[in-house]
Amino acid sequence: MTRRVLLGNEAIGRGIVECGCAVAASYPGTPASEILEAVVAFSRETGQPIHTEWSVNEKVAYEVALAASYTGKRAAVSMKQVGLNVASDPFMRSAYLGVKGGFLVVSADDPGPHSSQTEQDSRFYAMFAKIPVLDPCSPREAKEMVALAFALSEEYEIPVMLRPTTRICHARQAVPLLEPLRDRRTARFEKDPTRWAATPGAVLHLHRKLTEKLARLAADDRIAPTLVPGDGTYPRTCVIGSGVAFAHTRDVLQELGLSGKIDLYQVRVPYPLGTAFVNEVRPAYENVLVLEETYPVIEMQLSDRMIAGKRSGLVPAEGELTPEIIRSVLVKFLGLTPMTPASVSTQPGARPTLCAGCGHRAAFYAIRETFPRGIFPSDIGCYTLGVNLGAVDTCHCMGAGISQAAGFYHAYAQDGADFPTIVATIGDSTFFHSGIPALLNAVAQGARFILVILDNRTTAMTGHQPTPALGRTASGGSSQPILIRDVVRASGVSFLRELDPYDMEAFTAALKEAERHCRSVEGGVAVIIASHPCVLQDKSALDETARTLCVTEDCTACRLCLDDLECPAIGWDDEVDTARIDRLSCTGCGVCAYVCPVQAIIPEAGGRA
Amino acid sequence: MLTLTRVLAEAAAAAGHEVITSETHGMAQRGAAVLSTVKVGPFHGPLISPGEAEVGLFLHAANLPIHGHYLRPDGTVFVNAPEAHGDAAVDATALASASGSPRSANLALLGYAAGKGGLFAGPACFEEAIRSVTSARHLGGNLAAFRAGVEAS
Repeated sequence: MTRRVLLGNEAIGRGIVECGCAVAASYPGTPASEILEAVVAFSRETGQPIHTEWSVNEKVAYEVALAASYTGKRAAVSMKQVGLNVASDPFMRSAYLGVKGGFLVVSADDPGPHSSQTEQDSRFYAMFAKIPVLDPCSPREAKEMVALAFALSEEYEIPVMLRPTTRICHARQAVPLLEPLRDRRTARFEKDPTRWAATPGAVLHLHRKLTEKLARLAADDRIAPTLVPGDGTYPRTCVIGSGVAFAHTRDVLQELGLSGKIDLYQVRVPYPLGTAFVNEVRPAYENVLVLEETYPVIEMQLSDRMIAGKRSGLVPAEGELTPEIIRSVLVKFLGLTPMTPASVSTQPGARPTLCAGCGHRAAFYAIRETFPRGIFPSDIGCYTLGVNLGAVDTCHCMGAGISQAAGFYHAYAQDGADFPTIVATIGDSTFFHSGIPALLNAVAQGARFILVILDNRTTAMTGHQPTPALGRTASGGSSQPILIRDVVRASGVSFLRELDPYDMEAFTAALKEAERHCRSVEGGVAVIIASHPCVLQDKSALDETARTLCVTEDCTACRLCLDDLECPAIGWDDEVDTARIDRLSCTGCGVCAYVCPVQAIIPEAGGRA
Repeated sequence: MLTLTRVLAEAAAAAGHEVITSETHGMAQRGAAVLSTVKVGPFHGPLISPGEAEVGLFLHAANLPIHGHYLRPDGTVFVNAPEAHGDAAVDATALASASGSPRSANLALLGYAAGKGGLFAGPACFEEAIRSVTSARHLGGNLAAFRAGVEAS
């Protein structure tokens, strides 16, 4: 049997292909993005046909995959945890109607968070939706659980969630590779409108059936927690862990010399918690510690016990359960000798910033310079980093920048004609994801603001997945491109410009023209598409860049390029007390030359050579 | 771009060890300090606690005060630093540039650490791991940078 070192997400993607999944849909989001990419790669490698797609958003992805499962084929949808918020409408109902072909929902959580707007717990969402959820403790186990999820989903005719977290998704481990199931099912949708189109009257009956299904599942041996027994050193005491917190607990117990000395349970299915387990924990143990991320989902199902955990205050209710936190919890729980606290970092790291040459930097700088008293709603993507340039005031969730711009307008405009200039920014992928209804609404409701669509022709933050404008599918095929400018026009917008933000003079003029439009009698929402490809998309092209920029002795050390423009290619030369440009990082965009108040930055002959 | 985490994991697995790693993706990668961990042996979880790492490979000397506390007091550090002082520091960026692959300073640093005997295997093991995961187009450049690091040790 072959083993290969895979990222947790790659292991999940491999599992999806091995299980004969026919349709897989996703929208990119850290830490889940690599799952669909792995499905595409393994489908190609094994010759297993599968329809894959980067849907415009998670709700659409969920609905597409769900319908495929109605035909009896296996389907999967993957997303990050907040993507489940977007998909929650179809998600919540899907347990009631159930499925035919196995249906896997992968929702990747991000305790910390490292790269998310919340650290919500998808297992809790699964409990809310009444959908079983599997909680892997390693990349290897995540792959095994894909197979279990599909099997349970088909036997019980219910969607099943797999909930990896960042430390599973982005961990690497050697994983066995199996032959994909080659059972070629043909699609067959059997009509049953009382089920698939259940009207309110039919829902009650479906709900009863769902409750009964979950009770049967909770009694299923396959979902029961497993025990690593202790030797009696700690009688009537147990530790219950799930997910990567369980894995870290095993390592910490090993370090403390306590392996095999205390009863340690792994909960692999946090909801529904095994009935036998819930009933046994009650009489068997006086001291129970639960270690799980991030909500007390297991704790709540053991709620009539005195549990040491998040709700008792022993385990932190927020943040990632790192090994050092688990260690200090175990020390308190077991009454061990406290250790000296570990040393901490003496210095915070640098903050993230836009890449050198990013078109968004040019656009944000121009927006802030042109409208110093403006209000700048924005949202989620690389462009959130415009906050460093003082050009992003809000970031809530996907597409919220446009709706919030309208909200700000309506609130201020009530007070009189002197409303502030509002400049919303959104990325091209996010625009397709959820900006379109927000824009339509803004026009329909008579809002007045400037919308700058930052079009770098990709979904950058998550690894350059294609958008509908590119005419390219997830598996590299071609498709009908859908142009942003056409969608904007169709939304009723009467002011539209499209230009490259590198041309700072023209871009600034367009912003001023847009503002005049907003405030004119016939005005409304003004849209500017700031179009420049992401500099990371083709790094080898950067190496052939003809020119770089350099700082001359005219530099007055005003630090504007460093502090206001914040280009990472610009640093400080302590010896001559001027700014200095790193030739290896500089992409030659020339924006710094434009903004320097004394024209002390010029193109350098010879470029990077 | 080949990450050290990937090379180290492949090398460990090829040498018959269990291995589990962690790395940082997404927003944290836009210029912020990126921390990855590699655990070779019968470990279950990928994270390393402060004061537990046996080896630290620092591609940017500026990150020493940020992540240095993960090292054990007797741990070994290898740093990519322009002024080489002592065994710990090597100008991996210069080595990589001179070898023709300026963006492979990480592989030069790895070669140096392997050549110094600071890792769980010798240079041959890591060179083989680089071969197994590098495309034909980049193989020459990657090996050149790695070997430059080994030679400098």
